[in-house]
Amino acid sequence: MSDNDTDRRPPPASTPAVSISKRQTNRRRVLRTILLTGGVLGAGLSGFLPLIYSQKKRLRPPGALDEKDFLASCIKCGQCVQVCPVSAIKLADLIDGVGVGTPYIDARAQACDFSCDAVQCVLACPTGSLTYHKPAFLPVRPGAALAAKPILLAKEKDAEPTLNLSERMGVARLTRPEACLAIQGKGFKGQTRGPDFKGTMRYMDVDRWKPIKIADHPYDVPECDLCARECPIKGAISIETVFAPDGSKRKSPVVHEPCVGCGVCEMVCPVEPTAITIEASEVWKT
Amino acid sequence: MSDVLKRRFVDQIKVLFGTEPSKPTEITPAAQKIHFYKKGNRDLIAQNLHARAHAEHKNTWRNRRWATLIFANLLFTLSFALDIQILEGALTASRFVGFHLIDLNSALQVMLAHKHIINNLLIGTGTVLVLWVLLGGRSFCSWVCPYHLVAEWAEKIHLFLAKKKLVTDQTIDRRLRTVFWIVFALLAVATGYTVYEAISPTGILSRALIYGPGLALLWVVALLVFEIFFSRRAWCRYACPIGLTYGVVGIISPVRIKYKLDGCFHEGDCRKVCLVPHVLDTVIKGRAVDTEVPIGPDCTRCGLCVDTCPTGSLSFEVKGLSKLA
Repeated sequence: MSDNDTDRRPPPASTPAVSISKRQTNRRRVLRTILLTGGVLGAGLSGFLPLIYSQKKRLRPPGALDEKDFLASCIKCGQCVQVCPVSAIKLADLIDGVGVGTPYIDARAQACDFSCDAVQCVLACPTGSLTYHKPAFLPVRPGAALAAKPILLAKEKDAEPTLNLSERMGVARLTRPEACLAIQGKGFKGQTRGPDFKGTMRYMDVDRWKPIKIADHPYDVPECDLCARECPIKGAISIETVFAPDGSKRKSPVVHEPCVGCGVCEMVCPVEPTAITIEASEVWKT
Repeated sequence: MSDVLKRRFVDQIKVLFGTEPSKPTEITPAAQKIHFYKKGNRDLIAQNLHARAHAEHKNTWRNRRWATLIFANLLFTLSFALDIQILEGALTASRFVGFHLIDLNSALQVMLAHKHIINNLLIGTGTVLVLWVLLGGRSFCSWVCPYHLVAEWAEKIHLFLAKKKLVTDQTIDRRLRTVFWIVFALLAVATGYTVYEAISPTGILSRALIYGPGLALLWVVALLVFEIFFSRRAWCRYACPIGLTYGVVGIISPVRIKYKLDGCFHEGDCRKVCLVPHVLDTVIKGRAVDTEVPIGPDCTRCGLCVDTCPTGSLSFEVKGLSKLA
């Protein structure tokens, strides 16, 4: 059998009369080409879903650029996922609407507790989507910048106690004060989040280099202060005595300017749903 | 390089971007002599030898390639799953024992969208560029890309159904790939989003293998269904901008398939198994411009034609190495 592929032959210089069947084949081919173009470009539109869903804020890993620049520069390789010692970072799926394959943190399920000490995810990022030093041409939103480098309590006694972060990921906010145990003057005893909770955290009094399950670290506190107790950043949150609207004194968690928005308070909050949440990419307002 | 081969070299670059290969205007005297000889003579001994060669089917290169492809992707998966940290990341960007490697097309998308290039990005892209210039451009497709492997399996189903006359291969204009490449590049520049990365089956599959499956795999399944029932290997042939990017890299690559005219029986078996049969136009009777013709840059160096050819007329070649020997 010899190779005799007629339709591969280029047409002669002068345009000959094309047979009806050939013309039909050509027309179908054009239609198919248009079909595939439409299909692929249609699917390509899904790349814009993050824009449509942009009101739904997602907590990005520490050092992330502002959302639009983050989506532009993230190469979706997941190296940040791989280096995280507590597996806080997850990659978004199609329906999450925050960009297929881009990293995010679900703080309630597993917050970033900086147990890596050096913000490893930033170090791993190959494109500068997560960065220590934002390039000069990108603006810093007012209130996003931290007044000072945050001091990581775990390495407060080290020569270099600060985290190399200049902007916050978000801000913690007491969204359900009515549920807060501290405000109610209640204590907490037992495993916060229950025995089946898979979240892990570093406890300095247990092991500096090995995060353990929160379920394996039960609490017994006369007045609940878990959010302030476990906050990894110095001076970010404290339990203060405040005056209630009726004039009576009571306790309440108060978030301060150093809060980086890591989400540990949200993860350890024992009430369901959580009384304190991280508002992603929120800025500090005085 | 002789003038005829130079002309073919340019012609093959045009073919990479989607034009149909043109009939040669000039053929070297040596090749002409063989073409003429083949018209008038039949070599019975050669014919017998070649009939015998047809009897045994080789899968040498395919097996080597599949092993390499699976090994590379497994290394990604195991590096994360077992925390052995040899090849961290996904196909879009990774680190091989600490050295940055960044996929050329993904890097391009990010550079166009973000309009800011940090050192690590540049280093990783440069390393990969050098790597694939040395290894043969589109050999990335057939030797590494996980979509290529599943598409190869889907192709087997397609060919089975086609043999039963249940489906027919609907061809599509190959210039479409160049159009897609330009469209996605322009979209990245204009919108600041890496739009293509959201639908890249290479990226989706690679991440699914490493970080677990997700719904994005539905898009990959849709592509495979399209390829099985409608158009053979449609994504790799007509759509994938990654293929074009690596194809351009392959223009200057020394690793390629070489065609030898004298032993060829012009049966076209190679063209039947080939992902990109337009690069094998030279094997058509009377088309070879020289006694030895290198195959063009759109070739994925998959070696299926080398396995299939009963006469050994197609073989891997590293340009320059043959001169040393």
